[in-house]
Amino acid sequence: MSDTLQPLHTPIKRRSFFQYAGATAGATALVLAGCSKDNDPTTTTTAGTVSLGTGDVGVLNYAYALEQLEAAFYAQVVKTPAADFLTGELAYFTQIAAHEAIHRDFLKAAITSAGGSLLPTLTPIFTTINFSSRASVLNAAKTFEDLGVAAYNGAGILLKSQAYLTIAGQIVSVEARHAAYVRDLLAPGSFADDNQVDATGLDKQLTPTDVIAAAQPFITEKLDASTVGK
Amino acid sequence: MNFFQIISEIEKVDPEVYDRLDSRRSIFKHMTGLGQKLSAAAVPLALGSIFNKVYAQTPVGASVNDVLNFALSLEYLESYFYQRSAAGSGASAVTLRGGFSGTNLAAIDLIRTDEANHVTFLRSVLGTAAIADPGAATFDFTGGKGAAGGPFADVLTNPLTYLAVAQSLEDTGVRAYKGGAALLMSNKTVLTAALNIHSVEARHASRLRTMRRAGPMNNAASQGLPVSPYNAAPKSWISGTDNGGAGGSPTGPTAPIYGAGNNTGAPTGVTFDAESNTTQGGAVLTGLPNTTGFPASAFSEAFDEALDVTTVKTIARTFVVNGNNFLA
Repeated sequence: MSDTLQPLHTPIKRRSFFQYAGATAGATALVLAGCSKDNDPTTTTTAGTVSLGTGDVGVLNYAYALEQLEAAFYAQVVKTPAADFLTGELAYFTQIAAHEAIHRDFLKAAITSAGGSLLPTLTPIFTTINFSSRASVLNAAKTFEDLGVAAYNGAGILLKSQAYLTIAGQIVSVEARHAAYVRDLLAPGSFADDNQVDATGLDKQLTPTDVIAAAQPFITEKLDASTVGK
Repeated sequence: MNFFQIISEIEKVDPEVYDRLDSRRSIFKHMTGLGQKLSAAAVPLALGSIFNKVYAQTPVGASVNDVLNFALSLEYLESYFYQRSAAGSGASAVTLRGGFSGTNLAAIDLIRTDEANHVTFLRSVLGTAAIADPGAATFDFTGGKGAAGGPFADVLTNPLTYLAVAQSLEDTGVRAYKGGAALLMSNKTVLTAALNIHSVEARHASRLRTMRRAGPMNNAASQGLPVSPYNAAPKSWISGTDNGGAGGSPTGPTAPIYGAGNNTGAPTGVTFDAESNTTQGGAVLTGLPNTTGFPASAFSEAFDEALDVTTVKTIARTFVVNGNNFLA
C-alpha cells in the first residue's frame, strides 16, 4: 500500500500538475485515511542515527532541526561579527538571530505541548564558514534561508493539522523576507532571481530527505527524515 | 492495491460511502474504463479524482476553486499595478521609471514578471473555472476609487509613493495566501503551488521594503537604516503593526493590512491576529526560555500573520473604482 501511495508524496512535474489540480477534500484525505492502517510508521533506526519521527510531530521536529541550525549560525555571526560588515548589518543580523532563536524555542515548546518525542539539541559544524568574512557569512546565510523556505514550502502537504500549517506559513514568510534581504546584501536585486523563482513565478519546495541531505554537512548527529509526515 | 479494502476503510470514516457511490451509478463503470487507460502508478490519483466527484458536493467551506479565484483576483490587482510602471506604458511610466536606479528598476520589472506569471499560472490551473480578466479600468491605484484626491494621489509618478503602494499590496498578498493555505489542504499539489507563490510574495515585500529604506535611486540593501516608526523607512520584515504601514499613520489607509482580521471560526484552529501578535499557538513567545535580552520587537517580527478573505477583500477594494463589483 505504501508503495502505491508514493505518487501522492513525490514532487510532481509542472506539466502533470494540471491533470489533477481538481482533486479535493474528501478525496486525498480519505484515501490516506484508508491506508493508514497498513502504513504504520516504523521507528527503527540504524545505530547512531536520530529519527525525526512521524506524523505532524515529525514535521515539527524537522522544522526544529532546521531552526536549531539557523539559530546557532546567527548566534555565532553575532558573537564574532565579520570585520567587514557594513553599517547596520550587525544590527540586522542581531534581529534575525533573535527571530530564529524564537522559532527554535517555539517549536520546542510546540513539540513538548503535543506530547511528542523531542529531537535532542544538535551540535552544529560550521568549519566551512569563515565568520570573520562578510561574504562567507552572507553566502552561508543565503544557503540556510533559501533552504528553510524550500523546506517549509515542501512540508505544507505533510501536515494534517490546519493550525500547524498556518504556523508553518507564519514562519516561512519571515524566512523568505530574510532570504530576500540577505540576497540583496550579496547582490542588489537578487531577492527572487531565476535560480530561485521559476518561469511560472513559483518558489522552490524540497522534501524532508532532500533538505536534511543538504543540511547534514552542518550537523554532527546523523538525521533520518524518511518518516517525517508519515 | 485493494480497491475494496479502501472502500471498507472509508466506510469506517464515512458510513454513507456506499450510498454515495450508489448515487453515482456510473462510478464503477468509470473505474473500469480508467483501469484500461492508466498505469498502476497513476491509479491512486485517478481514484482520488473519482472520489472527488462523489464528495464534491459535501460542503467543507470554500472550494479549492473559490480560493484559487480569490488568489487570482489579488494577482490581477498586483499585475495591473506593476504594468503601470512598464516601459512603454505612457508618460507617467516614463516619469516613474526615471526616478529609479537601473538596478531598482530591474527589481520592479522582475516583480512585474512574477506577478504576470502568477496570473498565467493560476488561470492554467483553474481552466474554464477562472474568473474573467477584470481589465485595467477596474483599478484606481491612487486609492481614490475613480475620483481625484486619493491617499496615494501621485502613485503613478512618484517612486516613493509607488513603492509604498507596492509594499502594501505585497504584504496583503502574503497574509492572504497564508490565510488561504488552510483552505487548500485537501489538494496537496495546489497547496504546494500556493505556498510557493506565498514565499515569492514575501521576497517581493522584503525587496520593496529594502528599497523604501535605501531610496529608489540607491541600490545597496545595506544603505539606509530603518527609522522608527517604520512608515517611511521600514525594516525588510514587518515590525509590530509597522505603525499602520506605508500609509503613514496607525489610522492611515494601509493600517488594516497590519491589523487583526475577522475570526469567524472557519477554518478551525486558525486565527487572524494583528501583525503585532506575540502569542502563537497558545505559547506566549516572550515567556520562552533562552530569549532573555531579545529586543521586544523580535517576538512579533518572528511570525507573520494570516488574514481572512473578507478582510483582504476590503483592503483590496481600496484600489477598485466605485461601481465595480470586483472582489466585492
